[in-house]
Amino acid sequence: MQAYLDQLIQGGAFAGMPREVVYAIGMLLAAFIVLSAFVAPLAGVTSWLERRVWARMQSRVGPNRVGPQGILQWLADGIKNLLKEDIIPTAADKKLFSLAPYIVFMGFLCAFVVIPFGGHLIVADLNIGILYILAVTSLVVVGILMAGWASNNKWSLLGGMRSAAQIISYEIPAGVSVLMIVFLAGTLSMQGIIKGQGWAPWDWYLFHNPFTFAGFFLYFTAALAEGNRTPFDIPEAESELVAGYVTEYSGMRFLFFFFAEWGNLYVIGAVATTLFLGGWQVPPLAIFENSPMLLAVAQFVTFFLKAYLWVFVAMWIRATLPRVRVDQLMSLCWKYMVPLSFICLLGTVAFMFVPADGQRITSAAMFGLGVAITIIFFLRVGFQIRQAKPELYFKPHI
Amino acid sequence: MGVASYIKDITDTVKSVFEGMSITFSHLVRRPMTIQYPDKIPVPIQETLPLRYRGILEVDLDICTGCLACERVCPITCITIGIDMNKETKQRDFSHFDIDICKCMYCGLCSEVCPTGSIRHSQEFEGASYNPAGLVRHFAPQPASLYKPKKGGETDPKLAVKVDIGQKYLDEFATPDGGAAAEEK
Repeated sequence: MQAYLDQLIQGGAFAGMPREVVYAIGMLLAAFIVLSAFVAPLAGVTSWLERRVWARMQSRVGPNRVGPQGILQWLADGIKNLLKEDIIPTAADKKLFSLAPYIVFMGFLCAFVVIPFGGHLIVADLNIGILYILAVTSLVVVGILMAGWASNNKWSLLGGMRSAAQIISYEIPAGVSVLMIVFLAGTLSMQGIIKGQGWAPWDWYLFHNPFTFAGFFLYFTAALAEGNRTPFDIPEAESELVAGYVTEYSGMRFLFFFFAEWGNLYVIGAVATTLFLGGWQVPPLAIFENSPMLLAVAQFVTFFLKAYLWVFVAMWIRATLPRVRVDQLMSLCWKYMVPLSFICLLGTVAFMFVPADGQRITSAAMFGLGVAITIIFFLRVGFQIRQAKPELYFKPHI
Repeated sequence: MGVASYIKDITDTVKSVFEGMSITFSHLVRRPMTIQYPDKIPVPIQETLPLRYRGILEVDLDICTGCLACERVCPITCITIGIDMNKETKQRDFSHFDIDICKCMYCGLCSEVCPTGSIRHSQEFEGASYNPAGLVRHFAPQPASLYKPKKGGETDPKLAVKVDIGQKYLDEFATPDGGAAAEEK
């Protein structure tokens, strides 16, 4: 990015403008392109897809009216929310109330800076990439707590406090799980972590040893809790807290919270893909050697599909599991996930002393275990279908 | 909390989540139960509803005896019946028989107490109206005479059909065993 701008300045494209101004304009432009061309449609389509997937899992149809199969539903919802009155309660702390959605939004959007969409497609490959993600996604707590406090409403405040307690607690298992991979890769940079893995599943950190395999699920569970997703959505539990910290919000500010929630799903999936699933690594085929463009597209598609698989899993979990209670949430984190993640960390550290041959055998064995679990899973799905004797319908549309 | 129960908690969680996820995934390939409502389907949607469906109340005034049992049993008095003496024929006539379906809560008590099955739930559910007055159903627009059950069965063939329909509805709906007797017949 900077190199490209330098090249343009050398060519005299900006006619004597100060270098810093050109950089600032370039960064704003890049941010605008990322926001409008990737993040907004992604969060929107995710919201539509979630409703469709969720509906099918509950034997419903879901939104299918706006556009083909309802794919433009998110645009209709967005326009509706834009046109709604933006109410600020009289008793609310007006400045904090209006600021909170932007802080939540910023916290999630900043994470896109270091997400490696492809081998060269990254805004900034910071050498502290994963640490940066952990830091900026924690910024969301500030916004949520601010929204809860400024609404001057008991539901909002309870929701904000719950969310803060939850996010801060689940940072620990998530952070320790990330630390495992940092030890293995020897770097905090997102690209460095991906380059430490290979394109083949047995080269992924997921199958590196039994502890990283368990650590992946610990990370994913903790990330769901940090993203306030079901079964950990007690900050906005409808049956207890109306809508938690978003109770008093309306119009576009309301939309910003949900924009951040759905966008955050992709960030969770992307980080999980980077750390455990080999990121954008593609097989070294002959056709990629001659055309870097094709290679970039293949890397982008690989990364996107891997990351979106976990978005789908998050939707699927939301359709499956009931919401946990506050005390269950805390006991799950502190009694189970924190000790388990530390055990996994120690195990991974011990495993690094195993010679390379042993590591290769373990990877192959773990990959076999992963395949076996997938096969058992689909056998169970077949069993459920045979038990219920339902009318089958494989098409995604109706 | 012992180590054994701690490990059991973890394995139980993993197993139950695994099993639950397989159940929801199997729903992904099943045909949805719901029907896209305003879309056209080969038959009217009312005809696809089961017989015991509690739709909007309807009254067959030709076989109504005017016993007022439904008016009395209605918990929210949404049924109002007026009976006057007709001076010419010296017989009692309905002056009005109104059901306010705004108020009706579809409890079905009126159709259970009706001796002839003249008041009953139809399969109709589309009750939208531009004003609340349109939701009051008038079943006796003109004064109409009461039905008198005849000893030894109905002789008028037109009325006999209606009596049979009412009796069939009573057998299906208003029996304490929930229509099991009718199924046996």
